[in-house]
Amino acid sequence: MKIAVCIKHVLARDSQPTPDAEKTWIRESDAAYEMNEPDAYALEEALRLKEKLGGEVVVCSAGPARVSQVIREALARGADRAIHVEDDTLGRADAALVASTLSAAVSEERFDLILTGLQSDDQGSAQTGVLLAERLGLPHATIIMEVEVQGPVVRVKRELEGGWFQWVTLPLPALLTIQSGINQLRYATLKGIMAAKKKEIRKVPAGVDTAAQQKQKIVALYTPEKAKKTQIIEGGPADAASELVRRLREEARVI
Amino acid sequence: MILVVAEQRGGTLNRATWETIAAAQQMGDGAGVAVAVLGAGIAAAAAEMAAAGVHEVIAVDDPALEWYTSDAYTEVLGQLIGQLGPSHVLLPHTYQTRDFAPKLAARLDRALVTDVTGLKQAGAERAFVRPMFQGKLTADVVPLGPAPHIVTFQIGAFRADQAARGAAAAPVRAVAAALDPSKVREKPEPPFQQAKQAVDLSQAERIVSVGRGIKGQEHLPVARALADALGAELAASRPICDAGWLPMERQVGSSGQTVAPKLYVALGISGAIQHLVGMKGSHTIVAINKDADAPIFEVADYGIVGDLFEIVPAVVAALKA
Repeated sequence: MKIAVCIKHVLARDSQPTPDAEKTWIRESDAAYEMNEPDAYALEEALRLKEKLGGEVVVCSAGPARVSQVIREALARGADRAIHVEDDTLGRADAALVASTLSAAVSEERFDLILTGLQSDDQGSAQTGVLLAERLGLPHATIIMEVEVQGPVVRVKRELEGGWFQWVTLPLPALLTIQSGINQLRYATLKGIMAAKKKEIRKVPAGVDTAAQQKQKIVALYTPEKAKKTQIIEGGPADAASELVRRLREEARVI
Repeated sequence: MILVVAEQRGGTLNRATWETIAAAQQMGDGAGVAVAVLGAGIAAAAAEMAAAGVHEVIAVDDPALEWYTSDAYTEVLGQLIGQLGPSHVLLPHTYQTRDFAPKLAARLDRALVTDVTGLKQAGAERAFVRPMFQGKLTADVVPLGPAPHIVTFQIGAFRADQAARGAAAAPVRAVAAALDPSKVREKPEPPFQQAKQAVDLSQAERIVSVGRGIKGQEHLPVARALADALGAELAASRPICDAGWLPMERQVGSSGQTVAPKLYVALGISGAIQHLVGMKGSHTIVAINKDADAPIFEVADYGIVGDLFEIVPAVVAALKA
């Protein structure tokens, strides 16, 4: 089974982004990046399918040169080779542009299955996977919690809201967007890190008019306006704690 | 004209549809609002929609639409949009919408802006406000290219009770679906609930909820002690349940339970939007987090910035004092 996993290199979860001078993107000079968390689960699922069914796992990422870091990490965890759509404009690209470059890069490969995370931790538009499926003419299913390949079809468990689920069967080839928590992630071993150095990373240009493929623009990026007036309680742990308890009893009257 | 796509399952409308109608009425492009209802046996849902202050309800009632599939919805909505030529197509940002809206946008080659929380004017252009970077920043986004622009609204961003009702019922127009069922590639099975929920968090008066900041399962007794002292139920954000530290039935958020207790105490929860939608209706929210910039502080009434492992035992002691 030939499986592609699309991975995005996103701002690290525990870092605080600051808007740049134009206030239309973040200041990239002081940003730290990591593998988009749902994409890590998609990679793990692909590796497990390969272990069960054989075949190969190809990691695909669209982004500037820095993206090679996350590609190396995926190869170290067990992916066989990589495709890097490299273009400086892709770091802040919208989902429409990312999907169009990925579709140009993977269409010739004829993958049996393409996995992506359900959304990215940066722009979070939850579109790229489904856009890519439609561009490639593939059926898809989103927010997947279980994958069973059964010959020419794949049966998947979709998560619905409020604790509901649904099984859906799709013909292969297909695209799935994977929910965090579908499996337990593995980490790269030293052996994997060494092996990754010899694996192929094919670099391809964006292959599309990057400005024309963009379907939205950010006109302002700023710190959220507070919906509520939050009372921040200062002081050491003991003082802050007794002040909190006092306010919950006397102001909010909830205890 | 603005087209709202209603969401229903088994003939019951998703309440978020009313929120989307409120958003459409606020946008008001002058040519009115139409609502499309898709499904099988949807006369009651269409009639319910007709009470809204809209100029028409379009009912596409077809056995092939009994269970949602992205292929059928994309095909039918693509045709409908072609006939109606709306300026915008609006939907609630539900899991179902997330499944087909990008496919529809790609099919039509049109812009899609998702998870919108507000409307703004950016010069002559309409901008849509949405969270980015896990809610740490907010962006005003302008869709590019020709109409229609497709927009999905975050659950709870607009209020259902602010959707204007019509003086008289809007006309319901039946439109036939030109849909070849053999072209639908997805074969869905009926939705199910994994386990009967043993804990009904929605009925809890007080909830203590833990997030990634708890660091490990071995630290849960810290949170449990506070829950006991408050007479509260213990709950968690998604990553904690994913890791198996607490059962899935104790998860609060878009994929878990929606709660609105008198008191919600968030321990080490950063406040990703998927969590916030499940708890921001709580009466009083307390956040304890080491990161002063965490989005949870935007919805909190009371906040303490610091190490939960120092603060929580101090709160337990203060409650017992």
